[in-house]
Amino acid sequence: MPGIVVRAQFSELQSVFFPCQHSASFSVPAMRAALLIQRWYRQYVARLEMRRRCTWNIFQSMEYAGEQNQIKLYKFFSYLMDHFTPASSERNLIAHIFRENEVCRDAEWERYFNYKNIEVPEFYSGPHLNFPLTATNATELVEAFRTKQQLHSRYVLQLLVETWKLLRILPNINHVSTCHSKEITICGDLHGHLEDLLLVFYKNGLPSMETPYVFNGDFVDRGKNSMEILLILFAFLLVYPNDVHLNRGNHEDHIVNLRYGFTKEVLGKYRVHGKKILKLLQKIYSWLPLASVIDQKVLILHGGISDTTDLDIIAKVDRHRYVSTLRPPKQRKSSAKNKQSDQDSWDEDNMTRRRVRSMTYSSPGVSRPEVQRHSLQTLSSQVEEELRERRRRAGFSLSHGDLHNSLSSDSDSDPGENLETDAEDWKQVVDMLWSDPMPIDGCVPNEVRGGGCYWGPDITREVLEKHNLQLLIRSHECKQEGYEFCHNRKVLTIFSASNYYEVGSNRGAYIRLGPDLVPHLIQYQASRSTRDLTLRQSVGRTERSALRALREQLFAHKSDLISAFQEFDPEQTGLISLNHWATAMESVLQLGLPWRMLRSQLVNHTQDGKLNYQSWFKELAIMEPNTQLAHTNLLETLYKHHSNLETIFRIIDTDNSGLISFEEFRQTWRLLSSHLQIDISDEAISDLAQSIDFNKDGSIDINEFMEAFRLVDRTQQERSNSTLSGVHPHLLQSEHPTKTLLVSASPHFV
Amino acid sequence: MAEDRENAEAIISEVHKKISDAFDVFDHERNKTVDVREIGTIIRSLGCFPTEGELQEFITEIEEEEATGYIRFERFLPTMTKLLMERKFRPIPEDLLLQAFEVLDQEKKGHLGTEELTKYMTQDGEPFTQEEMEEMLSAAADPDKNVIFYKDFVSMLTVDDK
Repeated sequence: MPGIVVRAQFSELQSVFFPCQHSASFSVPAMRAALLIQRWYRQYVARLEMRRRCTWNIFQSMEYAGEQNQIKLYKFFSYLMDHFTPASSERNLIAHIFRENEVCRDAEWERYFNYKNIEVPEFYSGPHLNFPLTATNATELVEAFRTKQQLHSRYVLQLLVETWKLLRILPNINHVSTCHSKEITICGDLHGHLEDLLLVFYKNGLPSMETPYVFNGDFVDRGKNSMEILLILFAFLLVYPNDVHLNRGNHEDHIVNLRYGFTKEVLGKYRVHGKKILKLLQKIYSWLPLASVIDQKVLILHGGISDTTDLDIIAKVDRHRYVSTLRPPKQRKSSAKNKQSDQDSWDEDNMTRRRVRSMTYSSPGVSRPEVQRHSLQTLSSQVEEELRERRRRAGFSLSHGDLHNSLSSDSDSDPGENLETDAEDWKQVVDMLWSDPMPIDGCVPNEVRGGGCYWGPDITREVLEKHNLQLLIRSHECKQEGYEFCHNRKVLTIFSASNYYEVGSNRGAYIRLGPDLVPHLIQYQASRSTRDLTLRQSVGRTERSALRALREQLFAHKSDLISAFQEFDPEQTGLISLNHWATAMESVLQLGLPWRMLRSQLVNHTQDGKLNYQSWFKELAIMEPNTQLAHTNLLETLYKHHSNLETIFRIIDTDNSGLISFEEFRQTWRLLSSHLQIDISDEAISDLAQSIDFNKDGSIDINEFMEAFRLVDRTQQERSNSTLSGVHPHLLQSEHPTKTLLVSASPHFV
Repeated sequence: MAEDRENAEAIISEVHKKISDAFDVFDHERNKTVDVREIGTIIRSLGCFPTEGELQEFITEIEEEEATGYIRFERFLPTMTKLLMERKFRPIPEDLLLQAFEVLDQEKKGHLGTEELTKYMTQDGEPFTQEEMEEMLSAAADPDKNVIFYKDFVSMLTVDDK
């Protein structure tokens, strides 16, 4: 009889149970049943939580590995520039990204960015802007973007030009006050997530004199509405210049944009004027302020600080010289020839150029002039007046443009030139935009990202004390709850892009700061679907996404992994222990992931606790190698380095047409093989090119080529989008054979 | 004999690495400590099914004399290894779980009402918090009929297990 059986079995486990509370209304068996169910369910939830953490780790380590990757690529380019002869073809391909903005007077720039010739057609149904911009304009812009309209390129350029003019007169450090009992709202990374910005505006109100905002960098890249976010932020900046403050982030950088999607977004949305827009944005980025200080007590900047951070120095740097913070201070051709061969470190450059005296304020104590809401006319003349005044003070009678002129001329080499100061300045800027906090004292280079530092609680104390500050607010790192305190609550990370890695991965948050300077945090999560998902489903979904990304990595490193496995299998049985599997995985991929915890998601079959690694790879295979492509190593290289490859493509594509010639294609591969110090034969490259469909004029479409890699992900994405059932993540998806990478005979990409 | 010892050492070493990996996931400061509130998650994710009471006992054993809110790996490792080697807190077989639900289902309907289950879970045994209850219901309850078909629930969640 069931009752007896149950009791008997429960009594077996009795010894394991702790004496628990007795409920008068329920029988003892019922109590024990409840306890059993609770025990089981809690265990289930715990394992779910573990999976969620591991998934997070996967995303984060891959993100940072990607950044490190890019910086390595950039260093390689710098090396090319310094060590290759000007005649070298590789150098020529990339030289243009090192060229300073062409020497032009302001008037010439205005001509280049002239938007007046651009006609807005009758049928254009998007928003219209009138300058000087009003609050109504800005609000209408937000509404238009919310309903997925696109702003016409004429208005885009006009808006950007006005923004540029304004930014140029702003100091390096915004000074903000909470006078009149104003509460200030601070937002972190947005990364093109328009829905998050709209959610913040909905919850918190649009920017206005009563609702001042600080936006702490990384407005662009990754998300698909970076352009719209910029336009909204700039619009409100123009309307409320005293109440909207922007800090530059490390993604406000055209080189980074090449890799992380913003360049692509702009060129896709603005086919005719995209290039101009990008160029204007380059200038705007360099003029974005570097930090904000509230009531002289709270410092807000994007990345962080280092042991050398000094706000007095920062206030004086020429921030607009750093068009890309990745770029070390400019090298001049003559000095390049003078240099001897081994000089790897990029801050030991010999420079001989005139140092431009600062156009900005000398100390954080001095408040910047109030910029009133004037008509464009008065604003424009105010800007000019301002510039003239400062040039006079600085002892120049040259125009801004002339200064650039003298910069590039070879003749002068000012003996008063302070080369060390330039390198020092650059380090200040990079540290501010790229650094991360760490829990232990000290300051070490940030090897993971490749730029900036890791700084400890002692550094926080020192820097805050030095400048009489009480709190540091920064962004730059995604946090599961949208924010995180560290360093004894002296450092607050704020991150405003929810669902950053994947739907359900994290919340976003923003800060409200009143005169008491106590931060109040508000969290949110965009997308209705996340709220409807159960814990199980959202973990499952994020996990599938992470594992997919991880599988790509596995495939990309296949030969290295097989070699590592074979080292543990000297007798060539084809089997290795799971322990050795984990060790080998970490040694090759170096992602710092808890492989033993991930094992159950990655490995389906074992024989007596051992793994047959060759068949495991076969199971993992996202694709079959193209039989026509004899060089399977190339496939792996493609996978491993596709981000770098895409970056190089876009750099080479100087006219931003999205097309490169076969020859340029070949040069790209040569560059890449040079950088990676691997051998890629010309034959292999030709084979690869053969299998690609050429447009009639013999050029390769970059997007098409890169899309081929993402194709596998997309089909899975569609599948997981349509079934939110959260079924156990199957590592093995049955792949439709024709939808694989580099389809063999077919002339078109599917 | 020596081989046995080697095997035993190998096994223990593997167990140690497994524990270390799980611990590291929650070691945010990279200093081999975790917040004491995460210990339950770590132990359970390693395959154990302790009750809350047993968990508390475990924690008391390994925490510092003056509770810091953190657990150090050096103290966690030996105690956890012992747990795993002794196979304490073994997993709960599916049929036993089913029987437990059947005990609660006094009328033998094949399902439990949400209020019914809530009553048991939040008043009996080691009661659920409201959050835990809500989460369980969101996963278990049939949204239309507001009942829990526990047989399906148990199989669904055990399929997810590995």
